[in-house]
Amino acid sequence: MTSDFWSTIYVFVLASFIGLGVIRRVSRLLHTPLMSLTNAISAIAVVGAILVAGGDHPLRIRILGAIALFASMTNIVSGFLITDRMLKMFKSDEKPPSTELRAGR
Amino acid sequence: MMYSVSQFGYLVASALFIFALHWMNTPATARKGVYAGVAGTAVAVLVTWAEPTVIHHAWIVLAIVAGFAVGVPLSKVPLTAVPQRTALSHAFGGAAAGLVGTAEFYLRLGEGAEGLTPFRMVALIAEVILGYLTLTGSLMAAGKLQEVKWVPQRPVTYPFQNVINFLLLGVAVALAVALTQHPDAAWAPKVFPVIIVLALLFGVLLIIPIGGADMPTVIAILNSYAGLSAVAMGFVLDNKLLITAGALDGSSGLILAIIMCKAMNRSFTNVLFGAFGQIQKAPAGGEQKVYKSESPEGAAQVLEQANLVVIIPGYGMAVAQAQHKVRELYDQLKKRGVTVKFAIHPVAGRMPGHMNVLLAEADIPYTDLVEMDDINYDMPQCDVALVVGANDVVNPAARFDKTSPIYGMPIIDADKARTVFAIKRSKNPGFAGIDNELYFGDRTWMLFGDAKAVIGELVKELGAK
Repeated sequence: MTSDFWSTIYVFVLASFIGLGVIRRVSRLLHTPLMSLTNAISAIAVVGAILVAGGDHPLRIRILGAIALFASMTNIVSGFLITDRMLKMFKSDEKPPSTELRAGR
Repeated sequence: MMYSVSQFGYLVASALFIFALHWMNTPATARKGVYAGVAGTAVAVLVTWAEPTVIHHAWIVLAIVAGFAVGVPLSKVPLTAVPQRTALSHAFGGAAAGLVGTAEFYLRLGEGAEGLTPFRMVALIAEVILGYLTLTGSLMAAGKLQEVKWVPQRPVTYPFQNVINFLLLGVAVALAVALTQHPDAAWAPKVFPVIIVLALLFGVLLIIPIGGADMPTVIAILNSYAGLSAVAMGFVLDNKLLITAGALDGSSGLILAIIMCKAMNRSFTNVLFGAFGQIQKAPAGGEQKVYKSESPEGAAQVLEQANLVVIIPGYGMAVAQAQHKVRELYDQLKKRGVTVKFAIHPVAGRMPGHMNVLLAEADIPYTDLVEMDDINYDMPQCDVALVVGANDVVNPAARFDKTSPIYGMPIIDADKARTVFAIKRSKNPGFAGIDNELYFGDRTWMLFGDAKAVIGELVKELGAK
């Protein structure tokens, strides 16, 4: 347990540093899509929900898991879709339309 | 063997998530970020579903189908409603963490002290408290943003509010400590629901004293909480992907909240416990100030002669649905060789970055959306500043009036432009309930009326020339 404990803390601290570093460089133009994207990403809690909903557990436990799974899945689907929908709207005017399409590659 | 496969899958997903956020640093690569996020999530879901301990599939399929059924319509809301949708998704995230935490607690209870080590117990209770308070707090925030009738817009305050809130949280923490020390006690299964109820209640009480103007910060803070609840779930399940994704989300919410606080010259504690945005009492004996107003014809003539026009949009523009008319005005002016820029205050709109999305939807190139600090440098050279539905973010009182609630807040220097036109529906104060000095300035002319109609008039006048 002690080595588990330290390795998970390690991961948390390092991931937070990566998060702060990466997020700080996100364009201010994109803070709204950023929020919906991180929302969809943190809905990875779906992993925990699948284990609870699909495990060999009493029914009432599995129902809790299924509700959690539904909530996470809703966030994943709506989060990624709306992020993409917003990002599609951002167009630059400095390039002609043909290169603009390629800029979205 | 399966363990290695799933761990490898989680590692790949973690890397994809980091790339997803990295690609958000410019609009040109941002969509790649979404695909990376989708790929990461898909990998993680598949390797988890393939775990040998997952044996019941019907509920999983049902929940996933239901998630799509609700998620797809939720992704199609109008862009003005994106803040509410975001708050709602924080609520869902909090609910998921809370429910999984609850399920884990009752599962591990059977295992006695073996399953509920102090570390796991602390993580579990943190997950449950953060999850459930995010659930109700975010629902309240969504209600305020959606302007639901039974959720008060103005802050609700009562005596000893903060003391009462912290007492509640204190009781929850005290119960949590007791539970951590005696997870196998006979009373444990009964105390746990009490903690849940306290967390749910605390979420509501935390948000009701906060006014509508502070919702951008509140959403960002709740975003952080939702991320942290996922981290706590990761600690409980010993899952490093959850910890990584939750930490990314948590730090994102934290940075956005800091940016919002700086943009309003406020501290976290002040936003959370300051009850900002109550209606100010009018100072007694103040002289009646007079507005100068201008007709659309006159304003169009001035606009036409300008070299540099800076449009300062606020949420009022979106309320009036005036974005597309603004775009037409932008086109008319550009056609005449006028340089047009949009000045974006960090708190314009109702969530971080909201105004950029609203303007992007109206096909305004993002290269003409300029941040506050950059545009302020150009404001003395600006011929016309056109204020559309913005109020507090251009109020010069922030610079000199120490009694003003927005004193010290960085603003867009609209008053430094040679001419200021401000479109305003009525003479009422703005979202934060404060009078605006700019409107009485020497070089300011008001264009009274609905933003969409007034800008439509301007476009018509320019088009006729």
